[in-house]
Amino acid sequence: MIMARASNKTNPARELVFGDLWEYDAAPETADPKLKKRYDLFINGQFVAPKKGKYFATINPGNEVKIADIALGDAADVDAACKAAQKAFTTVWGPMPGKERGKYLYRIARLLQDHAREFAVAETMDGGKPIKESRDFDIPMAAAHFFYHAGWADKLEYLAPGRQVAPYGVVGQVIPWNFPLLMLAWKIAPALAAGNCVVLKPAETTSLTALKFGEICQEAGLPPGVVNIVSGAGETGAAVINHPLTSKVAFTGSTEVGKLIMRSLAGTEKKMTLELGGKAANIVFEDAPLDQAVEGIINGIFFNQGHVCCAGSRLLVQESVAGEVLARLKRRLATLRVGDPLDKNTDIGAINSKEQLLKITELVKGGVAEGAEMHQSECRLPAKGFYFRPTLFAKVSMSHRIAREEIFGPVLSILTFRTLEEAVEKANNTPYGLSAGVWTDKGSKILKMSTLLKAGVVWANTYNKFDPASPFGGYKESGFGREGGKQGLMDYCKVG
Amino acid sequence: MPVAKSPPSFRRLFDDIGTVDAVGIEERVAKYGTRSVKKGAKVFGLQLAVTMVDLTTLEGKDTPGKVASLCQKALRPHDVGEIPPTAAVCVYPAMVRHAAKHVKGTAVRIASVATAFPSGQAPLKTRLAEVRAAVADGADEIDMVINRGAFLSGEFGLMQDEIAAVVEASGAATLKVILETSELETYDNIRAASFLAMRVIRPNDFIKTSTGKTSANATLGNNQVMLEAIRDHFLETGVPIAMKPAGGIRTAKQALTFLIAVKETLGDEWLNNGRYRFGASALLNDLVRQLEKERTGAYQAPWNFSEASEGY
Repeated sequence: MIMARASNKTNPARELVFGDLWEYDAAPETADPKLKKRYDLFINGQFVAPKKGKYFATINPGNEVKIADIALGDAADVDAACKAAQKAFTTVWGPMPGKERGKYLYRIARLLQDHAREFAVAETMDGGKPIKESRDFDIPMAAAHFFYHAGWADKLEYLAPGRQVAPYGVVGQVIPWNFPLLMLAWKIAPALAAGNCVVLKPAETTSLTALKFGEICQEAGLPPGVVNIVSGAGETGAAVINHPLTSKVAFTGSTEVGKLIMRSLAGTEKKMTLELGGKAANIVFEDAPLDQAVEGIINGIFFNQGHVCCAGSRLLVQESVAGEVLARLKRRLATLRVGDPLDKNTDIGAINSKEQLLKITELVKGGVAEGAEMHQSECRLPAKGFYFRPTLFAKVSMSHRIAREEIFGPVLSILTFRTLEEAVEKANNTPYGLSAGVWTDKGSKILKMSTLLKAGVVWANTYNKFDPASPFGGYKESGFGREGGKQGLMDYCKVG
Repeated sequence: MPVAKSPPSFRRLFDDIGTVDAVGIEERVAKYGTRSVKKGAKVFGLQLAVTMVDLTTLEGKDTPGKVASLCQKALRPHDVGEIPPTAAVCVYPAMVRHAAKHVKGTAVRIASVATAFPSGQAPLKTRLAEVRAAVADGADEIDMVINRGAFLSGEFGLMQDEIAAVVEASGAATLKVILETSELETYDNIRAASFLAMRVIRPNDFIKTSTGKTSANATLGNNQVMLEAIRDHFLETGVPIAMKPAGGIRTAKQALTFLIAVKETLGDEWLNNGRYRFGASALLNDLVRQLEKERTGAYQAPWNFSEASEGY
């Protein structure tokens, strides 16, 4: 049995053993996600079949099993949704006093909390993220955004003192697949608080929780047409963006699509906010508390399989501690658990889609071909489903493709620097500017870095911290406009 | 008081061993609590925890009779089921000879808190004499307290010399060095004291969080700081140091969370009672209760477990 007495032998290799002496048993989350076999479009408060009658399958990336059929909305469906939204805006939602709108938002927030477990399981099944993330981050944070903005609904006059604020009317929103329900909340909560009505297009691979959100709207008694959800592919999104009734559009997604949207809207009067890609620098100085920095680096790049626009995908380490940090990262990698997203002990789940897996695989191959030194975790991967080993690349230089392109997967590129100036230059030498991290024991260095880094968010001695009250958004090709906080709410208001 | 040398001793030590970010370490340990240990893994973890308990009684009112029943409990924690004995019993030096009558020659070792526990505020000569007496009476392990006053005033040499003297006095007995983390206050200090102690003790001697006699005892945070110090020391020198959190770990769930921290920080080679212990009294009953629940499928009534820690 387990009675080994103090064995006096020392490990000559001086490495730690992370073996299978005490392997965790499977601990699957068993809550019922309450899913339907088929999901229709949510328009004017009702679930309605798409006009052309087309559906597409949504699958579980963790095991490649089909979950449900999702309605494929087209331009005609989007038109119906926009008209419903316009009607709701002029007849109900627009004229409604702010404090009444706030009540609906509070109700939605509470209902999300009531259904939290169910939404968490649905989110994990549909998107592949580990259940502990959807349970502890996505769903609670989505509810928090509704709570926060509910508080604003009757206080809009304090948003820009001395000036008039008014809603735009109908807002068109297109969201990505990495945080399906959370991005919906980031978009819908401020829009509704400001008095707008919404037509939202969820990402093709992750429509489930958005359509389940339609059920929440019904349960909350939200007036028909205030929120409309039209699932579908890229063309559906384009129809939302380009519809003449949407006077403001908000998009979160790739820089490539963001550019297309800007082109198509040039010359129109539409207001627009874009939250696009990133290639964030996570900068570790030699005086940083290294274990906590390593934890932050791991969290920065492997959170949600690296499907995070603000992921700390470029690690900049001061040369004097580069070897030490890499050794600690490798050791930490050995204890990360990759596998079934529904298992409560899974740290890294499934890649969202086969397409994305191929893209990551190709970029990683490129990294090896360009001569970067690859280190991958040796964990076992499930036979079915889309999985990718957590990957570190050492000896990366600024000209490598893996140091410039957004990989959007669990792949970290490690670069080194000698001085603070060099760190800043390398960090800013990217078309993106969404986020950055700084790790040092010295407060004055943090303040200096935060003014020099061209990034919308700079985290100090932490990473991936979010709060509804804190604005989030980018510089340069990472987009413009803010989400969250007073600044985010302003983007949903006409200020006169 | 000696004039501080330049650069000051703390500054020099931190340049050497690095610092700890309090927010970061607490975030790290919060994740251990989200691990879900079920079925076979749970039984393994609970049994492992039982074998790691230093079943403790440290009261002014301890008597030979109390120590006798403590020893029986350590040897056979429950009357049914296959529950292994604990690692050791932990008693005051005066009680060592009484414990020896019951556990000498068994798997259960005798640990004794010596060195003017818990304050350590006695002349070194007295403290060393106490250690020698406990060892002579049959103690297999000595739990000593560090000179916190010397540490906090930056007299690291004095602190280390005293530990080295106790190492010598304890002879073949395993040494556990109590840092008394609540009196050191910061994670930085806990890391610093861990390193100072580890540099003068022998392979598989312990560093230990607390006496259990102050307001705050073992927490996941200071456990983690010490585990990471042990890891860094081991990787640097090849010398494995063992760890003992003590005080405040009362439930099986807590114990499993501490063990998860060990598994994910130091790995498999520390998952045995030669390298990890729990200083506890009430914990054993909860471990037994959970093991019985796993065995029988139902929670048993409290009176089945010689419940009160006072009345083994």
